[in-house]
Amino acid sequence: MTERVGVYVCHCGSNIAGTVDVVDVANWAAEKLGRQGVIIAREYKFMCSSLGQELIEKDIKELGLTRVVVAACSPHLHEKTFRTAAKNAGLNPYLVELASIREQVSWVHSDKVVATAKAKAVVSGAVSRVIENRPLEEIKVPINPNTLVVGGGIAGIQSALEIANAGFHVYLVEREPSIGGHMAQFDKTFPTLDCSACILTPRMVEAGTHPNITLLTWSEVTNVAGYVGNFHVTIKKKARFINEELCTGCGICQEKCPKKVIDDVYEAGLGYRKAVYTPFAQAVPNFPVMDKENCTYFIKGTCKACEKFCPTGAIDFNQQDEMLHIDVGNIVLATGYDLFDARRVSNYGYGRLPNVFTSLEFERLSNAAGPTSGNIVLRDGKTTPKSVGIIHCVGSRDKNFNNYCSVICCMQGLKFAHLVHERTGATVYNFYIDMRTAYKAYDEFYQRVLEEGTLFVRGKVAEVTDAARNEREKGKLIIQCEDTLAGKQRRIPVDMVILSSGLQPRKDAKEVGKLFGISCSMDGWFTEKHPKLDPVATMTEGIYIVGCAQGPKDIPSSVAQGAAASARVLDKILQKEVALEPIKASVDATLCSGCKICNGLCPFNAITFIEDDKVTSINPALCQGCGTCVAACPAGAISGTGFSNEQIIAQIDGLMLRNLEMA
Amino acid sequence: MTDNTFEPTIIGFTCNWCSYRASDLAGTARMKYAPNVRLIRLMCSGRLDPTFVLRALSDGADGVMITGCHPGECHYIEQNYKALRRYLLLKRVLVGMGIEPERVKLVWASAAEGAKFAAETTAFVEEVRKLGPLCWGKDEGERIKDESKNKNSSFITHPSSFEKEVPA
Repeated sequence: MTERVGVYVCHCGSNIAGTVDVVDVANWAAEKLGRQGVIIAREYKFMCSSLGQELIEKDIKELGLTRVVVAACSPHLHEKTFRTAAKNAGLNPYLVELASIREQVSWVHSDKVVATAKAKAVVSGAVSRVIENRPLEEIKVPINPNTLVVGGGIAGIQSALEIANAGFHVYLVEREPSIGGHMAQFDKTFPTLDCSACILTPRMVEAGTHPNITLLTWSEVTNVAGYVGNFHVTIKKKARFINEELCTGCGICQEKCPKKVIDDVYEAGLGYRKAVYTPFAQAVPNFPVMDKENCTYFIKGTCKACEKFCPTGAIDFNQQDEMLHIDVGNIVLATGYDLFDARRVSNYGYGRLPNVFTSLEFERLSNAAGPTSGNIVLRDGKTTPKSVGIIHCVGSRDKNFNNYCSVICCMQGLKFAHLVHERTGATVYNFYIDMRTAYKAYDEFYQRVLEEGTLFVRGKVAEVTDAARNEREKGKLIIQCEDTLAGKQRRIPVDMVILSSGLQPRKDAKEVGKLFGISCSMDGWFTEKHPKLDPVATMTEGIYIVGCAQGPKDIPSSVAQGAAASARVLDKILQKEVALEPIKASVDATLCSGCKICNGLCPFNAITFIEDDKVTSINPALCQGCGTCVAACPAGAISGTGFSNEQIIAQIDGLMLRNLEMA
Repeated sequence: MTDNTFEPTIIGFTCNWCSYRASDLAGTARMKYAPNVRLIRLMCSGRLDPTFVLRALSDGADGVMITGCHPGECHYIEQNYKALRRYLLLKRVLVGMGIEPERVKLVWASAAEGAKFAAETTAFVEEVRKLGPLCWGKDEGERIKDESKNKNSSFITHPSSFEKEVPA
C-alpha cells in the first residue's frame, strides 16, 4: 500500500523561518518527495499552536493521511504534542515523525542557502523513515501498590510515613540494627538548635509501629528484578540471634554481656557498646543484635551470659540469615552518605594528632547521651579546651579530594562554634573559604554566632601541627593558615581542632546503583532524571532517590525530598497502571539460530535462552528498548520497534537523498 | 586530495539521552557549527549496527560520526561499551575495504556538553574535508567522472581496467 504522507514545515515565528526558507522546503517536499508518497506539504507560522495542530488533524481526516512529518523543533520538545494531535484525528501516534530543523538546523547555522539545503535533507530523511514506521500501542502494566524504601534515615522514614499514611503498604529496609540514620547521632540541629533526638525519635517510633510499615532492620537488599509496577526484590534479613517474637527489649542481655566493643558506627569510635547491643537507647526496633564477630560464645564456645539472664528466653544462637522475597511497585532509595575520611587530608593530622576531631566525633562528644554525657573535652576525657579551631571544607571544594560543596559543613561548623561557646566558653575560630549560609534562617544563625564572639578567619588551612615554634604554641595544636582578608600568614594555637568533614557517596553506591539499575554521577551520587524539574525520579521508571543519596543536603531538604518521592509513588499507585513506551526488541523465533550472541548483552536481564526450543526470547516487560541486541543479531532475527533496521536505513537513504533517485 | 571547496556530507548517529540532547542544547544556546552533519537519533549508541555506517558511506556520505554517553554514564548502564567495541572492530573492517578509518569517528558527549558536541562536529568536518570525497557509493561511471574532476586530466582509466585490478 502506498502511504499518504503529509509534511508540515513550521516557521516557529522567525526561529526557523529566519534561517531556513520554509516555503522552499515545503514546495520542494511536495514536488520531489511526491513519488515517495507526500501528497501535501504545508508551512505554517506555529505548528504547535492549536491552529497548527488543527491543520494537521483536518488533513488527516480529509485527505486520509497515513503518515505525518512535522519539520519543526526537537522531538524532545513537541513529539508528544503532535502525536497527541494525530491520535485525536484517529491516526496511530507512532506514525508521526518530527524532523528537527530548529535545534539541529536553523539555530546552529547562519547561511540561509546551506541551512535550507540541510533542512530539505532532514525532511527527506524523516519522510523515508516515517513510511517504515509501524503503528504501536503503549504497553500498560498494572502497578503493585506496595513500596520498598531502602534506608531508614530521616529521608527514608519521611518517605515511608507519607506513603503508609496514605494507606499503602511500605517495606522499610535498613542495614543497621536501628532506623534513625545519621540524624540519630546528632545532638542539635541547625539553625533552630532543636534537639535532634526530640524531633527524630517520635518519627522513628511512628514508623516502627505503623500498621502499614513492615520494618526490616539488620537487613539488606540483595537482588532486584522486574520493572516499574512489578519489582521482585530479595532481602537478606541477617540473623540477630534474638527471637523478635519473644524479646521485650528490656536490655538485660546488654547489661550482662561481659564483652565491650568499640562502637565505630554509632559512637564514631568514641564509645563502647556490648557484643549484644542496641546502638542507642531509643533504637527502633529495640530488639538488640548479637555481633557474631565479637561475641565470646561465637569465638570461644562458652559464655551465654545473655541467654542465662534473658527473662523471656529470646536468645537464639542457632538463628540463620533469612532470605525474604517481596513484590513491590515502586522503590525509594534513601541510602544516605558516608562521612569524608579526614585521614586523607594528612596535613590536618586526624588520626595522628589526638585532639583533632571529625565532625561526627564532635557530634557524639556534644551529645548529652554520648560517651561524655555532652561534656566537650579533649581526647584525655577530662580537660576542657580553652580554644577551639573549626576547619571548614575538609575534603570538599578541593581538587585533591571532592570538587563539590558538601552543603551542610558551613552551618555545621557554625553550630559547633555555638555549642563550644555555650558549653565551655572557649575561644572559637572558624576557618572557612566562603561562608555558605543559604536557606531560611541560616544567615541569621551566622549573624548570631558572629555576635556570640566566634572569630572567623577566611582562608584555607594549610596545616595543623603540634610542632611549636615558641612558648605560646607549646603543647598546643597550631593552625597554619593564610588569612586572605588580612593578607598575611597566621599561626593560631588552639587546644582542639574540629574538622568539618564533607559528605561523600556511600562506599558501595556504585554497586547499589547497579543493583537497582540506576546510574551515578562522576562524583558517585545517584543521578536524578532532571536536575531541576525531576530531582527525585531516576532514568529507571519506578525508582526514586531521596536525601543524601542524590547529593549532599541538609535535614529539611532530605525531608522535603522524602515527601516528594512519596507523592510520585502515590501518583503511580493511584493510576493503577503505567504506560510504557512501546520501544522494545523482539525475536523472530523462525530466524533465530540459537547462537546466544545476544544473551550476554542485556543489562536488564530481558534476554533468556529457551533450552527446549533452542532459541532466544526477550521479555518485553524487562526490555528497556536500547536496541543493542538488535544491532548484534547476526541473523537479523531481533527487531526493535520504533527504531527498526528498516526505519533507520530508510532514514539514512533519505538524508543522503538517495530516495529521490530510487523512487 | 585537499580541495578547499569540497563540502563533505556526514551522517551522525546520536544517542537519544546524551548526545542528541547535547545537540539540542547547542541549538538552544545558538552555538554555530558546521552544517555538514545530518543526524539520526537512536535510543542508544549500542543500537548502532555497523552496517548502518556502511550503508551511509555507500549512500555517498564522506564520513560518519557516532556519539554516545561517556563511559560509565550510559542510560542503559553499559551499552556504550558495546558501541565502543563495535566501533573499534568496524575501523579494522574499513581498512580492509580500502576506506580511511578516520572517516568514522566516535565521540562521547553528555547531555550537558552542547559546546563539545558543536566543537567536535566542526572538527570532524574539517578532518573529513582533508580526506577528500569518498565516492564509495557511486557506480563506476560516476566514480571515474569524479576522479577525473578532482585529478589532473592525465589520469585516464577505463572501467574495464578498473575491474581487472580488483581481485575477485
